[in-house]
Amino acid sequence: MKDFMFIFKNNPNAPSATPEQMQANMQLWFGWIDKLKAKNVYVAGEALTPTAKKVKGPKAIVTDGPFAESKEVVGGFFIVKANSIEEATEMAKDCPDLPLNGEVEVREVMKF
Amino acid sequence: MEHTPSSHRQFVEHLFRHQAGKMIAVLSRIFGIHNLEMVEDVVQEAFLKAMQVWPLNQLPDNPSAWLMQTAKNRAIDIIRRQQNFQQYSIEIARQLQQETETTIGQFFLDNEIADSQLQMIFACCHPSLKPGDQVALTLKTVSGFGTSEIARALFTNEATIQKRLFRAKQFIKENNVQLEIPSGIELAKRLDTVYTVLYLLFNEGYNSQKTDELIREDVCAEAMRLCLLLLDHAAGNQPATYALLSLMCFQASRFESRVDDNNSIILLENQDRTKWNRELIERGYYYLSLSSDGEQVSVYHIESAIAAEHCLSKDFASTNWSRMLDLYDLLLCQKRTPVVMLNRAIVLSRLNRTAEAIGEILAMEEIDDLLENHYIYNAVLGDLYIKNGDMVIARTCLRRAHTLTQSAAEKKLIDSKLLSIDLVSKN
Repeated sequence: MKDFMFIFKNNPNAPSATPEQMQANMQLWFGWIDKLKAKNVYVAGEALTPTAKKVKGPKAIVTDGPFAESKEVVGGFFIVKANSIEEATEMAKDCPDLPLNGEVEVREVMKF
Repeated sequence: MEHTPSSHRQFVEHLFRHQAGKMIAVLSRIFGIHNLEMVEDVVQEAFLKAMQVWPLNQLPDNPSAWLMQTAKNRAIDIIRRQQNFQQYSIEIARQLQQETETTIGQFFLDNEIADSQLQMIFACCHPSLKPGDQVALTLKTVSGFGTSEIARALFTNEATIQKRLFRAKQFIKENNVQLEIPSGIELAKRLDTVYTVLYLLFNEGYNSQKTDELIREDVCAEAMRLCLLLLDHAAGNQPATYALLSLMCFQASRFESRVDDNNSIILLENQDRTKWNRELIERGYYYLSLSSDGEQVSVYHIESAIAAEHCLSKDFASTNWSRMLDLYDLLLCQKRTPVVMLNRAIVLSRLNRTAEAIGEILAMEEIDDLLENHYIYNAVLGDLYIKNGDMVIARTCLRRAHTLTQSAAEKKLIDSKLLSIDLVSKN
């Protein structure tokens, strides 16, 4: 089995969800993580705060976030185990944020 | 990472929604209701934070308290930023910061939260707001509904709801509406408006068809929850509040039996009474008994007694119609509205006084206008004329009722009546 990273991106300009919708969505997240853990493929996961700084270029120019102009904001990541990127991608299709126009980037962790 | 088994990670139903109402109330008290939009943002932020943190970590032991604490921290943070402590000596600045924290903290005590929620209800049900705006604002700020949910519940579109909310918030700002609990005669007056809004809210959920039933039941349940919220507070714990809640319980007990699977209305006389929710009826009686304290008999007392009378009869035939008539006479003294008069006329007809019933309806002052614009007066008159054997005029009434209603369920019901007239005429 290889390690894969799920990078969760949200659209910050999407219409805000109602409390009821957020509760339902969170319940789905609980279920999804529990399912991955039950299959023993969940390795780790962290959420990221929206506060951000960007350091860029040879002069190390620092820009303060959050970057409102960006179309997507990384909200967190998972590390999961799968046999192939296809299998990992299938797993990512269960992400509860997809119906809310969320996005998951699936990347294989490089091993040497 | 420590992991909680899935069975423990289950929220109480509507936890977020109810919590949103609480947080909005407390924060509005702190920042002033004119800052409602900023307050809503703070609440939204707290939820977003929870959404990011909770799934990946252990759920906090007390999610509501966690949300409240997050809102509280944010409130302290906002106030600190605006105070600009740098212009004072470090000593004073520290003391001022400490005081800010203590002052803000007090608003988050349980009894203060209850106060804030009640004040919020009073503000949303401000007598100068239009009824539709009152309902929308109450659902949004007190009940934590989103605009999309309010639109679905009130059977309208989101733009309309947004317009109503905007207008209501604008009014609050421009007229400097304060969060307060009035006292004395003023309290009674304000409670009256609150009752009207809550009853309107309940009826919005109750009087509709089966489409989107989930959200309609939610609205009815919410109206009942707000009654309980009133009762929790000394200012709102009044006999009339119990009476209103008991009325809602009786009505809600028939929720399941009033429409069939094909979305057709089932009239009271044809409803399967075994389907009526016994638990709600029991609760209705319980609250009605608690409402008998005091000397004032409110319209809700009488309407609840009428609803109780229906629940008491084992079938439609054994309804005590003469007692019903007494109750409607009482109600008419307090609430001389066309709807009450219409219902009283129906009772008269049940007592085999149909001709008199028709006479009473036609004698109503505004009857021409009502018949021209409202389905229900035509539908009832049509029924009464059938009972009186005046088939020709009955048909005219029912046809007019048919064109006046938008509801498919009501049209269906009228069609079946027109058909029955045709069958009788042929025989």
